Amino acid sequence: MNPVFILSQKDSRPMYLQIIEQIKNKIAVGDWSQGHKLPSIRELAISLRVSVITVKRAYQDLENEQVIYTQQGKGSYVADGENMGIKLKQQELDDLLINVLKTAKILGMTEQEITQRIHSLQKNKSINEQGEGYE
Amino acid sequence: MSNLALNLNNVSIHYPHFDLKNVNLKLESGSIMGLIGPNGAGKSTTIRILMGLLLPDSGDVEVLGYNMLTDADKARWDIGYASEDLRLYEKMSIGWHMQFIKDMFPKWDDTYAMDLLTKFDLKPELKIKGLSHGQRVKASLLLILARRPKLLVLDEPTTGLDPVARMETLNEMMEILRDEDRSIIFSSHNTADIEQLSDQITFIDRGHVVNSNDKESFIESWRRIRVSIPDNVNTSQLQHMVENHNNFHTDVLLTNHYSNDLMTQWKSFGIEINSIEAMTLEEIFLAEVTSSRKIVKQETVL
Repeated sequence: MNPVFILSQKDSRPMYLQIIEQIKNKIAVGDWSQGHKLPSIRELAISLRVSVITVKRAYQDLENEQVIYTQQGKGSYVADGENMGIKLKQQELDDLLINVLKTAKILGMTEQEITQRIHSLQKNKSINEQGEGYE
Repeated sequence: MSNLALNLNNVSIHYPHFDLKNVNLKLESGSIMGLIGPNGAGKSTTIRILMGLLLPDSGDVEVLGYNMLTDADKARWDIGYASEDLRLYEKMSIGWHMQFIKDMFPKWDDTYAMDLLTKFDLKPELKIKGLSHGQRVKASLLLILARRPKLLVLDEPTTGLDPVARMETLNEMMEILRDEDRSIIFSSHNTADIEQLSDQITFIDRGHVVNSNDKESFIESWRRIRVSIPDNVNTSQLQHMVENHNNFHTDVLLTNHYSNDLMTQWKSFGIEINSIEAMTLEEIFLAEVTSSRKIVKQETVL
């Protein structure tokens, strides 16, 4: 059986964060919709070859964020909720923007300067698109 | 019966040149424990004690619910032990060994054994003396796995394996855990393998357990924090600061009690936090050993 997703060995983040991200991504792109049953913790651990406790940790965090819910003895499911996919994408954007703000603070940039910077980047959109995905 | 696969309480053993002191280990059924420690730290001694091959001078050893000081013979049927020095008969074939073990262990699973032969790309007619290192490791693993032991004890299972054989070994280790009654304890110098697979991690150094905890707690509590420190602040004032690498304008601090509250507290000293980084298990292990050795040194001085 193919694993549901693949983790990166070069990603420096803890593995549970990668699992959370991959699951959110599955939901965001619509592979897993509302009420979709997630693999059991043990099953996912075996297929990803990571410890059970790591997957458990990821599921717990997803539950706390109300992305999934667990029915005792039955399993975990993608939570109901309007436009979960879009919400998750928005959250991803917020996380990126928070990092932008942090870096801008180190550079001593004002909000206006950040906006200007975004405008100028948009002007070079064609260049951006070429470079997309290749860091 | 307890649902602990392993329970070692205050286990000590004394040798003329080595002491294992007050070892405490607990492992829940259905999980994997990784043992990490430098050579000569006491990993193999610990493993031999929990196998019932060595009697400790003091302490309690319980494995799969059996008291290993009195009932080791009963427990051994359910323990599978594989190490590099496992003795196989050089002149005999893999198939001969399979039959040999099958005759001794009633729980031997023929279907599983055949399945493993295919997965490990081994042939029953191959003689042991002609096997490569990787094939030997896989053959001994097969002989143990097909007995369906409840506790698997693996000493350096992936050492010296090529990437394919290593992947096959790790895959089979994970497959075992499909069954929630089965547990694994393994030692390795490859901290990446341990970080990936283990639920519980134990660091051993110089004959004692430096720390034993679930993996997520280790990963959660340790952080490398890059900071800028004003001239008038002494980092020794900072709570839970374990190591400090000073580098002109920036300092790199390590903590084993990371939390948002701790960061707020540090900031109140006027410290500017530039970045917070998670650490690999190898880095955590090195930091744990360094700080434990420091404490031991201080105690000896006092």
